[in-house]
Formats: sequence, structure tokens, C-alpha cells
Amino acid sequence: MTDFAAGELGGIVRLSLLIGGTATLACLPFAFLLAWILARWHFPGKVLLDGIVHLPLVVPPVVTGWMLLLAFAPAGPIGSVLEDCFGVSVLFRWTGATIAAAVMALPLMVRAMRLSIEAVDQRLEQAARTLGASRWRTYATITLPLALPGVLAAAVLGFARSIGEFGATVTFVSNVPGETQTLPLAIYAALQQPGGEQQVWRLAGISVALSLGALIASDALVRRAGRGMHVL
Amino acid sequence: MSFDVNVTGRGGQIAARFAVPGGVTVLFAPSGAGKTSMLDMIAGLVTPDRGHIRVGGRTLFDADAGINLAPEQRRAGYVFQDARLFPHKRVQDNLRYGGSDTRQVTEIANLLDIAHLLDRWPRSLSGGEAKRVAIGRALLSKPDFLLLDEPLASLDAARRGDAMNAVATIRHATRLPILLVTHDRGEAERLGDRIIGLLG
Repeated sequence: MTDFAAGELGGIVRLSLLIGGTATLACLPFAFLLAWILARWHFPGKVLLDGIVHLPLVVPPVVTGWMLLLAFAPAGPIGSVLEDCFGVSVLFRWTGATIAAAVMALPLMVRAMRLSIEAVDQRLEQAARTLGASRWRTYATITLPLALPGVLAAAVLGFARSIGEFGATVTFVSNVPGETQTLPLAIYAALQQPGGEQQVWRLAGISVALSLGALIASDALVRRAGRGMHVL
Repeated sequence: MSFDVNVTGRGGQIAARFAVPGGVTVLFAPSGAGKTSMLDMIAGLVTPDRGHIRVGGRTLFDADAGINLAPEQRRAGYVFQDARLFPHKRVQDNLRYGGSDTRQVTEIANLLDIAHLLDRWPRSLSGGEAKRVAIGRALLSKPDFLLLDEPLASLDAARRGDAMNAVATIRHATRLPILLVTHDRGEAERLGDRIIGLLG
């Protein structure tokens, strides 16, 4: 077994970043909406919604991947609609890997954002209301800016989780080089091959560097949030 | 312009009934008697169980008629006991939040002697400065009436003088009716045109 060609290695990293980045961006609005609802709204069934959002965090990733496979298979409830309306399938495609990464990152992002929204002093929101601001203006001018560092930190964490996704991805869209083979899947493939240690070292090194960078970025953002200052 | 309040709240723990003309009305009661809750009810931040709240003939809340205006529709200039300045906005942006233009901001800033603070961040202000900015911010939201919660509390002697002057200034410069709560009898007598005792 020879080393990866430089181009192949670059391709794996690019694919991982593409999948991680797309998953994070796609997740962001949903995660923020869910976090806001869970932090500030009171309604029956909130505990259930909370539980469903957090399910991918506690269920074995393989199970999550299998459920996605059932839903997105050509005969599945979502897969059949995609097939009929758009003539596309996400199986064995990078889009499917992105969906798996997004579903796995969602609970982590919601948790972090919820904490940062709950940390915004509600007395400030009340003050804004008495000054004539509607609920939505209060949300946009007080809650969101004050929670923003935490929201960005959550996005960075979600990104790190996305590029590390393995179990759900390999179950849902398999391990297809150039299409669904992200860093962890490539590491797994290299481990299966005799003499693949060097590739494993290299890929693992890149994974650690990316994750560490994300953690440091997230930590810096959270510390800014702690000072009560908005980041932009 | 008058306050006409008759409410029961928090499961009967708080009850008040008073009808007063304009000027400065002081609600005087010991700590824990529900003074702040009373102001929160008038501002629309807490919903009473029963009764009605009318200011200047305008109904803000009426349980029987099913009227309960949102806080932003009540036009209350509420100065909280803690200043509650927005930490991510400079003083001038705090003052402008209620929708006033630069000329009005300048006018009120001069009136309250905070014109030199406009570019500062709230965290860099002293307690007395923050309180004056909070009063200015409430005035600049074009209120129909003012609610002042313990305007002199948590200030040292010198800063108390500052805040006292600010209250006296707005009382003379604006003709807004003011409802002020305090647990300090001396403060009540110095600031109020009339004093209402609230029973805990």
C-alpha cells in the first residue's frame, strides 16, 4: 500500500470541510429557533420537543444513521418525495453525508445556544419593552446581539462535531471515496488496510488540528460573551 | 392626567386602590410589600389577577373588559431600581432606543447633566451616572407618565443628591405625572406632592 497522493489527501480534507461547513450553515437557523423556543417559551410538550432534539446525542449514531436511511431510501417518506419531485437521491452522495452531520450536530448547537440565550438578562428585555420595543425588536436588538458570541461558539462546536461525524454517516451513505469519505471515514478505511499506519497518522493529525482550532475559537468567543460585550 | 389604579395580584398578596391627580405621587411602604410588583403591573410586565389600571383616562388594563395592553403600548417611562442600561450600546444609543432624535437627546442630556457621557459604555458609569442615564432614556421614550422605582436606593450620599436633583429637574421641566416608590419616609416626604401608604 502506498501513501495517499497529495491530491487525494487534499480532496479528503476539502470534502470534510465542505460537508462540515454546509451542515453547520444549514443547521444554524433551525438550531437558533429551537434554542430560542426552548429558552424563552412555555408550552405543553416542551419536554418532549427537548427530548426529540437531543435524541441524536444519546442514541447510538448507527441507529440515527439507520433511521435516516429508512427516511431517505427511495421508498422512504422523504426519499420518495425527493425522487418524485426533483429526481434526486442523497444516498451515497455528499449531500447525504451533510444531512447526517447536521442531524448529529443539531443537539450540540441547540444546547450551547440555549445556554447563551438563557444567560441574557430578561430584565433588559423588559426594559426594552417599556421603551416601546415590540417583542421582535427586543429579540433582534437586545437578545440576539447579547447572545451572539455564544451562538457563534455553538456554530464552531457544531462544525467540529460535523467534521468528526462517523457512525451515522457510514450507516446512512456508506464510505464512498470522493463522495462521502470524510476524514474519520478515510481513517477507518486506512486502518483496514495493511501498512496504512502512515496515512492514519497523517489524517489523524489533520483531524486533531482542525478540532483543536475549533475548540480554541469557540472558547475565545465564549470568553468574549462572558464580558457581556457583543463580538461584532 | 391621573392615575386610577385598583388591582389585586399574585393571588391576593398584593392589592392597591388609589386615584390621584398629576404631580408626584409617592407609594410608600416597607421593603417586601410589593411596591415594585405594583409598578410592574402598571408597566405591563406583570399581569394582575383582577381590577383595572387607567392613566389619564386611558385604560391600560381591565380584567372585566379583557383589556391588557402590551408593555410597548402603555407609554410608561419606567426607571427601574437597577438602571438596566443595555451593556452592548453606548450611552447615546441607550438614550436613543426609545425613538428620539439627536436634538431631543442633546436637550435631555443637558437637562440631566449627562452630555459628557454620551460616548461612554454603561459599564464605565458610576451608580449615579447610570441612574441619570436611565432616567434620560425613560424620558426620551416619549412617555405619558413616569414610574420611578426607589430612585435613590443603592446610591451613596453624594450620588443621592445627584439623583434627587434629577427627579426635581424632570418634575419641573416636564409636566409628566410621576409615580415613585420608596421605603424611605424622608425620601417620600421630600419628593412627593402626596404620599400613599401601601399595606404589605
